[in-house]
Amino acid sequence: MVHLTSPAFKANAARALADAGLQRALARSKPQFQAKRAKAAAGLPEFEALRDVARDIKNHTLAHLDFYLEEYAAKVEAAGGKVHWCATAEEARAAVLAICRAAGARTVTKGKSMISEEIGINDHLEAHGITPIETDLGEYILQLRREPPSHIIGPAFHLNREDWEKSFRESHTELPPEREFRERRDILTEARTLLRRKFLAADVGITGANFLIAETGSSVIVTNEGNGDLTQTLPRVHIVLASIEKVVPTLEDACVFLRLLARSATGQDFSVYTTFSTGVRREADPDGPHEYHVVLLDNGRSNMVGTPFQDMLRCIRCSACMNHCPVYQAVGGHAYGWVYPGPMGSVLTPTLVGVEKAGHLPNASTFCGKCESVCPVKIPLPKLMRHWREREFERHLTPPTTRYGLRLWAWFAQRPALYRLAAGLAMGLLGRLGRRRGAFRFLPFASGWTRGRDLPAPEGPTFLAAYAKQRREGTR
Amino acid sequence: MSREAILAAIRRGLKRGPLPADQAAMLRGRIAAHPRHIIPARARLPRAERIEQFVRHVEKEFGTVARVPDLAAVPAAIADYLAQQNLSPALVVAPHPELAGLPWAERPMLAVDYRAAREGDAVSLQHAFAGIAETGTLVFPSGPDRPTTLNLLPETEIVLLRASRIVGAYEEAWDLLRAEYRDPLSGGFLPRNVMLVTGPSRSADIEQTLELGAHGPRRLHVLLLEDGDDPRG
Repeated sequence: MVHLTSPAFKANAARALADAGLQRALARSKPQFQAKRAKAAAGLPEFEALRDVARDIKNHTLAHLDFYLEEYAAKVEAAGGKVHWCATAEEARAAVLAICRAAGARTVTKGKSMISEEIGINDHLEAHGITPIETDLGEYILQLRREPPSHIIGPAFHLNREDWEKSFRESHTELPPEREFRERRDILTEARTLLRRKFLAADVGITGANFLIAETGSSVIVTNEGNGDLTQTLPRVHIVLASIEKVVPTLEDACVFLRLLARSATGQDFSVYTTFSTGVRREADPDGPHEYHVVLLDNGRSNMVGTPFQDMLRCIRCSACMNHCPVYQAVGGHAYGWVYPGPMGSVLTPTLVGVEKAGHLPNASTFCGKCESVCPVKIPLPKLMRHWREREFERHLTPPTTRYGLRLWAWFAQRPALYRLAAGLAMGLLGRLGRRRGAFRFLPFASGWTRGRDLPAPEGPTFLAAYAKQRREGTR
Repeated sequence: MSREAILAAIRRGLKRGPLPADQAAMLRGRIAAHPRHIIPARARLPRAERIEQFVRHVEKEFGTVARVPDLAAVPAAIADYLAQQNLSPALVVAPHPELAGLPWAERPMLAVDYRAAREGDAVSLQHAFAGIAETGTLVFPSGPDRPTTLNLLPETEIVLLRASRIVGAYEEAWDLLRAEYRDPLSGGFLPRNVMLVTGPSRSADIEQTLELGAHGPRRLHVLLLEDGDDPRG
């Protein structure tokens, strides 16, 4: 399982800011992610209206989630598949292991799946003598490097080309060490060749699911590489890892999300492979798996239903929120310390691992609101982060200095005349003290701020005083 | 099994018990009616523009398109394409009735095998169930006449698509399946697998730089069969 380091967010973030390679990768990817999404969204005049429809479909589904899950499960079974309902990560790990053992599996190929990270299936399989092989190119190199993903759709975006070459040389020792990687294509070709053998030899294939369709009992995966399709087509057994909120009622409902997903994620109009899998190989079929299992994971999500955090269950994991987040773009995904980074992770992680461990995450936000403005299902992410801050405060989890500071501020804020007087005095004093230099290099109680930058000295009266003066003098 | 525990937790959150029968019937009615939502204007073009749009999108996504006047012209078009790409003249072909009668004898150098794909196959010829103009997407329902592996294992996939089977929106492709396909196992309208394919395989995992041919085909070449008027208009 991804080792939880969310409690150390501040140290993680400091390390990330000092990591030159990571900063190079962030600087490279940010303008790409944002410009591509903007162009794709602008290219579809109906995009904004589709976001409203998408939100409404998810809300409708969540309001009848029990019904749609049962309908979905019935259709899966009608197509020869089996649904394994798992309340916890432990149950899901046990279910996957049992299926692999029954299949006599030695190796298991895997398509990209965040649920797989959430339940830590790789370590579990390895501990029981079964070799999992990640086949998404980004996940593959992370498995070689024993690193967790740093982004939910571009898991290895934090690596640079020399990292790829180094890892391949270290891991692919069966190949001549003097071989050259003249271009990126050579790295890709080496991975393609090696992984092709793994695809053909695997006994079980594990994929995630972007959607589950109640109407047909289908699981849907959306990929560009085709690794997910090889994973679910070639082995004898296909296991789908999916969480309960992935279900949508019909194919028509799914179309709304498909029009939004790639545009929001990579800025493509549509991903290369959008594949609907429904049950086992039919009698006359020349290919496809003989067994089809869906491991349906709850892991705390059902407890979000009926709470303000139910909105988070609309998430389709497109990554637009992190691609547009100034905090994520400064520190990358690893700093968040668990499976889901960025704004969606800052809301989801505390619900899944507890706010006492992940309380830093909803605080790591500038509340600029960009995440909500690009979310294809309009999740009010800043509002939900505020909910976490409030709960943290109520449960006395925030540090005493913050709590007393906030109390003091609240006391003044509730007494406007006093607040204005105190602010006027303090600003006047700071203004006089700082007049000569124009800025402070160091201030008592504000060393956190001044360590990295100067605080400009206030000039003239406070905003409220200036505003009142202008009103009196009749100017605007 | 945790089925009941999960459903109970959801119902607790929703502050109700199992859905009353009349409401469940209403939701089943919604599934049966599967209402469409917004269909973008770009997916509602008349035939000629729709075909042009399909071609434009395939090309934008790094696929290629060649037009053929009839089935008899297919072997020559394939031989020409393979020669032009400097690929050896051997291909594995979907055992689809429409591809069964192709006059391969006119191009005796082409080695043709009707079956699912195996490792080592370099080129496939697949049959498209439909095309979707909205994004230049090909629709491949699996089955004995359309093996899934043909879309995945070879480095080059050639696809035969009838122009009359190009629809505007994804929803229209589902309706074609609903009308034309009955699954022997589930009784539904979906086979084991339906692949929607838009361009050749690719990855941008290495420094966000696009490279074609990640795990699936590096080349996707559509032979567009310019058949008669589409009765749907």
